[in-house]
Amino acid sequence: MIELTRRYEFPAAHLLSQPSFSEEENRRIYGKCANPNGHGHDYGVEVTVAGPVAPIGGCIIDLRLLDAIVRERILDRFAHRYLNDDAAFRDLVPTAENISRVIHEELAPVIRARSTARLVRVRLRETRKNSFVYGAIE
Amino acid sequence: MPTVRLTRAIDFSASLRYWRDELSPAENERLFGRATARHGHNYRLEVTLRGEPDPLTGMVLDLKQLQQILDAEIMERFDHRDLNADTPYFEKDVPTPENLVQVIQRILVAALPDGLLDRIRLEQDETLWVEVVDGEGGGP
Repeated sequence: MIELTRRYEFPAAHLLSQPSFSEEENRRIYGKCANPNGHGHDYGVEVTVAGPVAPIGGCIIDLRLLDAIVRERILDRFAHRYLNDDAAFRDLVPTAENISRVIHEELAPVIRARSTARLVRVRLRETRKNSFVYGAIE
Repeated sequence: MPTVRLTRAIDFSASLRYWRDELSPAENERLFGRATARHGHNYRLEVTLRGEPDPLTGMVLDLKQLQQILDAEIMERFDHRDLNADTPYFEKDVPTPENLVQVIQRILVAALPDGLLDRIRLEQDETLWVEVVDGEGGGP
């Protein structure tokens, strides 16, 4: 079986703060990620799909289609934005764990509906030191 | 003995285009877009073997032997070649990463000792790679 992975990037700001916690609790749990004016990252998103290789096209998914889906659903929505303002994070702290899950949940049904491929996993690289995988383990 | 995975990487550069002779130029353009024009990539191939280290040598497979196989079977065939004109694999099929990694899989399954091939990762550039996750095939 073959998996195909495409890597994208988007710069975004966020702030880690759980509204139901006190300021001291947020500070204790999230440390400098709770600095009140937020901070940002160049997020790397690695989208892995699998499925049959089309006999004529020779591909699991047309890359132009995958790029368009990711651009419409993820990059246009999150790039150069403050993630805490997005509807997905109204009741969800935008940790990298939650961002990777939101991206997976956003992409999976669209990829399934518009191609013969299925989303296997999303790896979110928050910094060069941290990365998070949501979906099937490699 | 416990099972160990080892990975060896090689880099090769090749030119290619996506084109199917049985389709019209317009249909080729629609299917393959800019990839219909001849272009090239610096590929990175990572070959992962899986096995029990030999109790005496401590090795799954001598890396010198693995490198010799990769040189003879992959570098010799693909490095600084045109995938369409210089290899017999893409007379009909287009050299997408998906098709190229399957060609490489067939070559390596034949060339390597039985049962060792675990994974093959072919990176076309920093934004695109494919991986065969059931090395000797047989998976869905």
